[in-house]
Amino acid sequence: MYWLTKTFTTSIGKKILMALTGLSFCGFLTVHLIGNLTLYGGQDLFNAYVEHLHSLGPVITLFEWGLLLLAIIHILTGSILFFQNLISRPVRYKVNKNAGGRTLGSATMPYTGFILMLFIIFHLFDFHFVDHTNQTVYQIVSNSLSQIGLATIYLVAVIIAAVHISHGFWSLFQTLGANHPKYMPTIKNIGILFSLIIGIGFGFIPIFIAFIV
Amino acid sequence: MTKAINLTLKVWRQQGPDLKGRLETYDAKNISTDMSFLEMIDVVNEKITLEGKEPIAFDNDCREGICGMCGAVINGRAHGPEKGTTLCQLHMRQFSDNDIIVIEPWRAKAFKVIKDLVVDRSALDKIIQAGGYISVNTGGAQDANSILVPQETAELAMDAAACIGCGACVAACPNASAMLFTSAKISQLALLPQGKPEAARRAIAMTRVMDKLGFGNCTNERECEAECPKEISITNIARMNREYLKASFISTVQ
Ligand code: HEM
Ligand code: SF4
Ligand code: FES
Repeated sequence: MYWLTKTFTTSIGKKILMALTGLSFCGFLTVHLIGNLTLYGGQDLFNAYVEHLHSLGPVITLFEWGLLLLAIIHILTGSILFFQNLISRPVRYKVNKNAGGRTLGSATMPYTGFILMLFIIFHLFDFHFVDHTNQTVYQIVSNSLSQIGLATIYLVAVIIAAVHISHGFWSLFQTLGANHPKYMPTIKNIGILFSLIIGIGFGFIPIFIAFIV
Repeated sequence: MTKAINLTLKVWRQQGPDLKGRLETYDAKNISTDMSFLEMIDVVNEKITLEGKEPIAFDNDCREGICGMCGAVINGRAHGPEKGTTLCQLHMRQFSDNDIIVIEPWRAKAFKVIKDLVVDRSALDKIIQAGGYISVNTGGAQDANSILVPQETAELAMDAAACIGCGACVAACPNASAMLFTSAKISQLALLPQGKPEAARRAIAMTRVMDKLGFGNCTNERECEAECPKEISITNIARMNREYLKASFISTVQ
């Protein structure tokens, strides 16, 4: 086991943890988005979806704990990377200029990530840890998202997630060693497309509930 | 066409490793645009010396872009604004009359300032010492072409071997990571048959030493690749990650 801890505590090892957990989140977001699209079908369709999901019982609980574990790894490792990188340049430059490598997404990873963490906690307390006995999940969602303030929080958070993924997606392939002139351009394009799908797919839900329903 | 331009330099001056430094302002008058950046500093240094003051200390050797000794951050850009050039190969025609040029040393925890623009890059040597070599017990020389290497592989290895160890990648990286340098050294050997026997040990040892020296962690910002005077590609970093994964999971190296 010694070699395994050694493997994941080097700089590359930590990056691999970020990449694997980040990839899992991308998978989760895809499934989450497909499920949430039932919202556009109205109250009954959405509640039926939720019903079906909850009927999976222990499988869902397993996934929830799994996601929590992945989140803890992603956030802890991300924080360690952030602070190590902060101290690796104790004296800063007076003049900073980018040479064209950095993007909005790459330069803001720890910050967009931190906001996402706050948002996820808020999101769970808003929808998950609430009394489910006297209201359907659709009611919980629409009560929340019909308030302009809350709808705005959701919209902004989703845009921030899209920015995080715009770098995270291709970066995770590079970290796992999958960079090749033949297919890297495709991975980059899929990354942009994926972050747009996440941004627009999730982002339109609060707009839909707040203004259209 | 040759022109002469006047510049204002703001240069990092620092007497010694643990002393406080600061930016000092110098006039660089009547600088020919055909001069290299280092020749321009030579001219300024001559004037400073005649005034009885300490000239600006900077590293250099070949002045033809092959040794990797020179380097400074010019207005926030490692080796200056031109792509794929070392500081000694940067010409003053890249600048305009009355420009203000801020000159700073490479900044990283692993690179200590020795004096002014001179930094201690021996950390890069320590990474090499950890495994950036092949062990050859000498004997009779092999016949040429007894081990066949595809042309494409040889080209990739040559591209990686173009790294001159200048440290600009570390200086330009927002995280002061040495991944581009280390990946170039790992790649040039891992790609060729002679480097394969020690590939696993090398990948792990060089990564661990790189971390221990206080370089930051790569976050794929790609600033290194954009600033590298030899245009080393980050596909080498991906190869290093692969070598690391292979070494960790399918070799016996602990
Ligand atoms: C919950 C709070 C989150 C925090 C604090 C966080 C933080 C970070 C940090 C600091 C990095 C490293 C950046 C880098 O190495 O360049 C990162 C990478 C990444 N994150 Fe997050 N993140 C969070 C949530 C998410 C979510 C919800 C996703 C879902 C898509 C995600 C996907 C990724 C991916 C794919 C990477 C790239 C891994 C790599 O570069 O190899 N993150 N995150
Ligand atoms: S990879 Fe490029 S920037 Fe880094 S040390 Fe080698 S030549 Fe210099
Ligand atoms: S002095 Fe040799 S590369 Fe610049």
